[in-house]
Amino acid sequence: MDEHELHRRVLTYERGWIAFALGMLVLFLALIGYTLGGQLAGVVPHGEAERVDPARVRVEGPWADPARLVVKTAPGRYTVHALAFAFGFQPNPIEVPQGAEVTFKITSPDVIHGFHVEGTPINVEVIPGRVAVVRFTFRRAGEYRVVCNQYCGLGHHTMFGRLIVVPSQGEAVEGDGR
Amino acid sequence: MAVDLRAHYSAHPEKRATLYFLALGFVVFVVGSLFGPFQALNYGGLDAYPLLRRLLPFLNSYYQGLTLHGVLNAIVFTQLFAQAVMVYLPAQELGLRPRMKAFWLAWGMAVVGLLTAAVPLLADEATVLYTFYPPLKGHWAFYAGAGLFVLSSWVSAYVALELWWRWKRAHPGRVTPLVTYMAVTFWLMWLLASLGLVLEVTVLLVPWALGLIEGVDPLLARTLFWWTGHPIVYFWLLPAYTIVYAVLPKQAGGRLVSDPMARIVFLLFLLFSTPVGFHHQFADPGISPFWKGVHSVLTMAVAVPSLITAFTVAASLELAGRLRGGRGLLGWVRTLPWREPAFAAPVLGLLAFIPGGAGGIVNASFTLNYVVHNTAWVPGHFHLQVATFVTLTALGTLFWLVPQLTGKPVSEGQKRLGLTAVWLWFGGMLLLGLGLHWAGLLGVPRRSYIVGAPPDAYADPALTLPKLLNAVGGVVLLLALVLWVGVMLGLLLPRRREPALLEAPLPLAEAVSNADGRRLGRALDRLGLWFALAVLLVAIAYGPPLARLLEQLNPVAGLRLW
Repeated sequence: MDEHELHRRVLTYERGWIAFALGMLVLFLALIGYTLGGQLAGVVPHGEAERVDPARVRVEGPWADPARLVVKTAPGRYTVHALAFAFGFQPNPIEVPQGAEVTFKITSPDVIHGFHVEGTPINVEVIPGRVAVVRFTFRRAGEYRVVCNQYCGLGHHTMFGRLIVVPSQGEAVEGDGR
Repeated sequence: MAVDLRAHYSAHPEKRATLYFLALGFVVFVVGSLFGPFQALNYGGLDAYPLLRRLLPFLNSYYQGLTLHGVLNAIVFTQLFAQAVMVYLPAQELGLRPRMKAFWLAWGMAVVGLLTAAVPLLADEATVLYTFYPPLKGHWAFYAGAGLFVLSSWVSAYVALELWWRWKRAHPGRVTPLVTYMAVTFWLMWLLASLGLVLEVTVLLVPWALGLIEGVDPLLARTLFWWTGHPIVYFWLLPAYTIVYAVLPKQAGGRLVSDPMARIVFLLFLLFSTPVGFHHQFADPGISPFWKGVHSVLTMAVAVPSLITAFTVAASLELAGRLRGGRGLLGWVRTLPWREPAFAAPVLGLLAFIPGGAGGIVNASFTLNYVVHNTAWVPGHFHLQVATFVTLTALGTLFWLVPQLTGKPVSEGQKRLGLTAVWLWFGGMLLLGLGLHWAGLLGVPRRSYIVGAPPDAYADPALTLPKLLNAVGGVVLLLALVLWVGVMLGLLLPRRREPALLEAPLPLAEAVSNADGRRLGRALDRLGLWFALAVLLVAIAYGPPLARLLEQLNPVAGLRLW
């Protein structure tokens, strides 16, 4: 094959490949856009800056008030004020009903922690001084494990919590949303 | 044969300096890598740390070892390798001597920075991992040392850019030679990218650790960290890309199929490497989802140059294989010089880079990211990228670069052993990569001493196989490392030097199509303009969200929880 012919053929394949690559990336972006519109929209932490004093969250405000840790805000809607601290979670366990829309408001009194509800896309960085707000509807009843997945010190690997999704009355424990 | 080494080094002082960077880099690599297998065994469900503690009594915890592994391998080794090759290669290509005082200044700063940071690391005073997120608060010497170490790369950037300016002045109107073009775009990218980390360390962390300021806003610190923390992976990657574009086709016996395409790739990295950091912060509160979306789109854009690289490098290798007599759809693969570790190492690394890159697309995908964020999937990903491709390319490079710098020949036996080490490294990393990705999908968190968790925490039978893969991968990697150290000592310890090796030119590949004398080449060469565009993109992608973070500062007190 002469030089010119080689160059021409490489260019043809190269253009085809780049078009394919760009097409795939556009497809991925379209899929991301599509998923953002559904249930997953809630798992993106809120962009509004809700600030708290990490030194005070355990003595005042909703995280310090046992009556406000899990609150029913409307029919089928709950708000959970959760704390991730070295090295545990509060409340523990968190109990919410199946099929309810649960808004988690999570903060830390000390360092950064993770709040990952295993088997769900609830996976948040818990930053002291900030409130992470995410929303999720648990379609499957049962017990979930909450894992701290951000290094927070020597007890990091012992930091687990429990989240119990209580079967709602009149509904079977089916309807697995996954 | 007698070699007048002193005369050679006085004619080529850059060779000696390059050797110093490489030697320090690889000593750090070996030390840091020794911790790796113990972490792999942890993810295999086996606690070998008590053994390691008996060997290294200063070691207090898994997390101290993990901090050392991350800092030494991911930050120190990679930067020293870049400071060596991304100055040496353009200097050789242009035939110019670098400003030696600055070259040595960079080395001195790197050494002093490294030693300053090493003291608190070894003393367990900075067990904050290589991301050192506040409010975990390490000793000031760790932040100051790390800052000085990173700043030494700015001096290396000056040395490389000054070579380019000198060449440009002497050759007005000419298009920059390819390797120099790669080095210049690389260093410009890094100057812009490293600004975040340098600001975080100098303005926030050092004053805070010294007690000059009360608190630090952890979200602002994270944002500045990831300003640098993502493009730093291209800082690790692009020296390897430079080698697979400029040297590998020559070693394969062929040519680079497209010189302009290689330039476009590096230019795209200059433009898109930095304004992408929020894809590490999808899970962070207090950052507008809109800006996270912008960074997600830009991250997809920065995948484009890697996809083009896959094509160009593969096409160049196919050309080489066919020139060597290979026929048929895949027959050319067999004819390539697989017995040469300098060839096999980067090519195996490129193979691992394919699944690694696909995983990277998953990480960058806004909503998919929540499934894998901070799970073992993430270290699985970057072990395929930096610990396999970048590291294997660096290991392979030594087989031609060390003879050129020292005149010491590589024997056939050393090549065979080296090849074994390379394959073991590749195999071990594939096992570990698979095991970590798999465990991550099953919810196992990253950077966790899981063998110290309650006994039933990771007893799920589904984890049996991924844990086995991690443990076996770690042991294979330890063998690879020991073998490789043996090969290097065998290469470096004998005193025999050959003048022909010292005088050998850089093994640079010719290109099928060139940029010089073409309008495209001249347009790509207007790097001042392209750099300004890169700055503008960063200003757009980071300006508004950073301004909001500064408005809403919420500094908190530091803590030591180790």
